[in-house]
Amino acid sequence: MAKITYLEAIYQAQAEEMERDSKVFIMGEDIRCNVFGTTTGFVERFGEERVRDTPISENGFIGAAGGAAMVGMRPIVDATISSFLFPAMDQICSIIAKSRYIYGGQAQLPLVIRSCLFYGNSNAAQHSDRPYSMFMNMPGLKIIAPSNAHDMKGLLKAAIRDNDPVMSFEDSTCWMVKSEVPDDLDFVIPLGKGEVKREGTDVTVVAIAGAVNIALKAAEKLKAEGISVEVVDPRTLVPLDRDIILRSVRKTGRAICVDPAHKTCSAASEIAATIAEEAFEALRAPVVRVTTPDTHLPFSPHIEKPLYPSIERIMDAARRLVGAPAPQPQPA
Amino acid sequence: MTAIGDNDRRIEKYRRMQRIRQFETRAETIHAAGEIPGALHTYAGMEASGVGACMALRDDDYMVGTHRSHGHPIAKGAKLRSLMAELLGKVTGICKGKGGSMHLSDFSMGSLGETSIVGSGGPVTAGAALGAKLQGLDRVALCFFGDGASSEGAIHEGMNLAAVWKLPAIFVCENNRFGMSTPTAAGVAGAHVADRAHGYGIPGIIVDGQDVDAVEAAVREAVDRARAGKGPTLIETKTYRYADHAVNMGRDLTPRGPEHDEWLARDPIVLYRARLVEDGVSGADLDAIDVQVAEEVADALNFARESAYPAFEEAFDHVFVDRLPIPDDVRAHA
Ligand SMILES: Cc1ncc(C[n+]2csc(CCOP(=O)(O)OP(=O)(O)O)c2C)c(N)n1
Ligand SMILES: [Mg+2]
Repeated sequence: MAKITYLEAIYQAQAEEMERDSKVFIMGEDIRCNVFGTTTGFVERFGEERVRDTPISENGFIGAAGGAAMVGMRPIVDATISSFLFPAMDQICSIIAKSRYIYGGQAQLPLVIRSCLFYGNSNAAQHSDRPYSMFMNMPGLKIIAPSNAHDMKGLLKAAIRDNDPVMSFEDSTCWMVKSEVPDDLDFVIPLGKGEVKREGTDVTVVAIAGAVNIALKAAEKLKAEGISVEVVDPRTLVPLDRDIILRSVRKTGRAICVDPAHKTCSAASEIAATIAEEAFEALRAPVVRVTTPDTHLPFSPHIEKPLYPSIERIMDAARRLVGAPAPQPQPA
Repeated sequence: MTAIGDNDRRIEKYRRMQRIRQFETRAETIHAAGEIPGALHTYAGMEASGVGACMALRDDDYMVGTHRSHGHPIAKGAKLRSLMAELLGKVTGICKGKGGSMHLSDFSMGSLGETSIVGSGGPVTAGAALGAKLQGLDRVALCFFGDGASSEGAIHEGMNLAAVWKLPAIFVCENNRFGMSTPTAAGVAGAHVADRAHGYGIPGIIVDGQDVDAVEAAVREAVDRARAGKGPTLIETKTYRYADHAVNMGRDLTPRGPEHDEWLARDPIVLYRARLVEDGVSGADLDAIDVQVAEEVADALNFARESAYPAFEEAFDHVFVDRLPIPDDVRAHA
């Protein structure tokens, strides 16, 4: 066990899998110069053939990853910021997601498309997207959205070893956060397995990516108010671990879905719908979503920051669900 | 080549290049001090490219730019106050604090956006040129894009549309030698971006991007062609980015070669000043312009600093024509 950051976890997962399997290679814009620290020493270690800087042409190189995967390679594409996936929608949605299906199982596309969720720091609307739920609506793409270094490493290794296309959405609010990670070279977390991050009895909070860390802080504060919160992290959005969510909600009878994405058709929406459909009889209160509202993200920090799910908003929702009074405003 | 245009025009070119340089020098300092949020991509070294191109346009001609957005609006004649206010995220900013450094876009000056998704301006430019043509306006649309952006499909789709429909468009590739850490030659196949024009059957022109007159002359010819209904032109300005991809990042990603010093020695503003002086413009007059510009920049910064930040509700404006409803749970903690 060693305590490492989320970015180091990405680095380790990539390095170990490239070491283990010569079919694994990595490409992306400006990855050789190692901007974020996820490819440290890669060129020296694996050579320029396997560590490729690409032209700025996402539809080209992401699609090319699909082609290379079809003939037996296992590409990792670092698409850097998730907003840059949009120019590649064509190849991701029409080729990568659908080839296995259209050709009746003849095609196999073992590739990983990594990108970060780059929100909260005045990068304005074109750089701040959290678009995983758009891809959840496209069958054929597995999706991971880890919330800490441990899960990041285990899930990314599983993604690289998986024989289907996997999109890895990496929350930049988690980048520098450290957690204990096993040293075992075969440490993998199976895709589709969520985890209860904190046990509780009054309210289930199902949180996505960086929102898990906010939810855990809210849970700690709510404990002081006598509200016991269970925090569930699905970790993988496709396939979604519906069982772990339903089990928790059947226990607590209340659910809050926290998601940094926009509200409409968010991962939170899918989870809320699942709860309403399958655990309706257990519910003691309506299911609530705490998300980013359906507006774009502005540059000006004063109006950007309040838009995201926050500890306070989760606490308000939890109090409302258990029927607890809101705390009196403190005199300034 | 000698300076083109009468003295007023030549001095205006000098003034606009100075404006860009001084505006950004100030912006870089206050960004380092934390007064400007987000990333700041400066245009320093490329002033002749933007100013030369825009001086060949009319005020009502259209223009689309990039994430490196400070130079283009100033080159086209925008005033500094609302640009500086935008950098600071103030409500008086040209985009009301919504856009920031990557989107300094003044629609009153014919801008149709400075877009931070690399290459995304290509189709917009073709569309604006189409719209102008369909409405019988004799306007042209000019697209600034980078050498790196020349690898994006959207740029090529835009150029092909403009060529096949003979639209009044001008595509100006500002080849500043790098896309982030990647030298042009490592990301762009072929010797010159301009060569790609041949594939579309349109003129592909290479011009010294440090010579504001040469850029203006090349773009003017393309504009004349476009207005005459003869279709688009691709122009590649060979220029240089002085600073790193974005400033104050703590680490220079740009692999500078031995030619770095040669480029610095061909500073577009220094070169133009020398040409003007040689042609009889007095150095004192140019000094006076430098001082006036410094005052404009100081005034813009004061204005920006004294301006208010947008109110929380404004985060819900401009998604659509009407303000969106504001969710209670979000408002409660704004
Ligand atoms: C579609 C897309 N991919 C990647 C990026 C990240 N990015 C921003 S600027 C840039 C380099 C652009 O190079 P170039 O077009 O030459 O413009 P320059 O920065 O040199 O002005 C990159 C890769 C982006 N903003 N959009
Ligand atoms: Mg460039």
